[in-house]
Amino acid sequence: MANIMIRQNPAGGLVFYLPKRDLEAAIEAIEFDTPEKWGGELKLENGGSYYIDPIPKPARLPVSVRARRLGAAED
Amino acid sequence: MSALTREDTEALIAEVLEVYPEKAKKDRAKHLMVNDKTLESSKKCITSNRKSLPGVMTMRGCAYAGSKGVVWGPIKDIISISHGPIGCGQYARAGRRNYYVGTTGVDAFCEINFTSDFQEKDIVFGGDKKLAKLIAEIEQLFPLNKGISVQSECPIGLIGDDIEAVSKKASAEIGKPVVPVRCEGFRGVSQSLGHHIANDSVRDFILSNRDGQAFEKTPYDVAILGDYNIGGDAWASRILLEEMGLRVIAQWSGDGTLAEMENTPNVKLNLLHCYRSMNYISRHMEEKYGIPWLEYNFFGPTKIKESLRKIASLFDDKIKEGAERVIAKYTPPMEAVIAKYRPRLEGKKVMLYVGGLRPRHVVGAYEDLGMEVVGTGYEFAHNDDYDRTIKEMGETTLIYDDVTGYEFEKFVETMKPDLIGSGIKEKYVFHKMGVPFRQLHSWDYSGPYHGVDGFAVFARDMDMTLNNPCWSKLTPPWLKKEAEPLKQAA
Repeated sequence: MANIMIRQNPAGGLVFYLPKRDLEAAIEAIEFDTPEKWGGELKLENGGSYYIDPIPKPARLPVSVRARRLGAAED
Repeated sequence: MSALTREDTEALIAEVLEVYPEKAKKDRAKHLMVNDKTLESSKKCITSNRKSLPGVMTMRGCAYAGSKGVVWGPIKDIISISHGPIGCGQYARAGRRNYYVGTTGVDAFCEINFTSDFQEKDIVFGGDKKLAKLIAEIEQLFPLNKGISVQSECPIGLIGDDIEAVSKKASAEIGKPVVPVRCEGFRGVSQSLGHHIANDSVRDFILSNRDGQAFEKTPYDVAILGDYNIGGDAWASRILLEEMGLRVIAQWSGDGTLAEMENTPNVKLNLLHCYRSMNYISRHMEEKYGIPWLEYNFFGPTKIKESLRKIASLFDDKIKEGAERVIAKYTPPMEAVIAKYRPRLEGKKVMLYVGGLRPRHVVGAYEDLGMEVVGTGYEFAHNDDYDRTIKEMGETTLIYDDVTGYEFEKFVETMKPDLIGSGIKEKYVFHKMGVPFRQLHSWDYSGPYHGVDGFAVFARDMDMTLNNPCWSKLTPPWLKKEAEPLKQAA
């Protein structure tokens, strides 16, 4: 489990940030994206994937959440 | 146009790597690349932020350097104690020329070395008592300090001193923030982790101190983040921002104060110059206080104009007008600088190897002077820095991460740049090779280089170095004589 931060880039897309590793990557797909349920599996542009427990959609980004690594992106 | 083609540069990398043993070669190959602008992410072609190989000459610093030297050191009214043996503090003292307004020793303390001077007995029995005594002494001798930070050196972590407990107790006693910073030099692979640790300690002990207090806000409040006022850089940046109508309420951390830092959560926008060392706190403020942050670049007219417009686009028409006014006002003097120096510098090749932001930020300034950056690299950048660099650089620029002394010398021998911009550790090596050199960490005792005023100094310095008559006098006369008669005979 790792703390991650999800923020919005100026273009409107979501950006994943892992402070511990200074890993910044655009999120290509988010499993659940509705006002009540937001989160699930995050697919990153660098090939990695992380899982966050679905929560109600945060009113404001960025938000820090706990995430579990599913597929390694780092070498 | 770059002097070397893609194939040549790749061949050069291969040739330089030839000298390493198999395993080291494989590792170093990952840190060198030829730029390709079409790439979206640097991830696949360059590896960064990895441990340096044992046995090579690396130019990196340590976590203590990143925290005490870069982030905490320039805050003028906080006393940063170098907690541990005396050397780290003494050799890091005042070397970075973070200018400030204040009376040293009375209300400003950047240039003084405060250290607990660890001896053998402190290592054996622990240095906590000494630290407590030291803080009490500082409070007595320098009552105008606004706070104290305890910057740990390696032994503190090794012997397991509890600086947090001492700091907490001392803070309650003196009624000022005492910040324990766990920036032992052995942490991480370079100074980069020191920046992160320093940012985290600012976040935990400083940033929210004045939350909920009254503050007279204006809609134009901004903070300058990641400008360490080297040779007056932050001042040269600040006047541009103030002239376009913004109110700069905090400078992090060059010529900055504790009060400014505590008031930063009230700003409308954080302006981030050094992304590498201050992005952590910007991200935190974005999440906690909803303050957006923006990277900008005040090196050279092109980038200054671009950045001023980018900053203004986040504000109302008054600021947008202000930005145009500032640009109009400063275009003639900047053009005069270009007109004066460009003919003398046109077409010269530059190689850079610096720290967190300059390998990509100063490129614009060199291009404005008609010079070309043929190679660039970072000591301690991460992948996100290289993502940004790829876009800034020319098509076949050589990019090297954590370059070793040997590699850098070989690259210079082959690529023959007219100027090298790097740090003090490289300076005399290249002077002896006869290559003009500028220190781009501390501006070679000059500065400022940011902003409009800085550009004039920058151009002058580059000209002064490059066209210095000394470079033609490197061959000793007894060697010259041999060559001249030959010429005559021919």
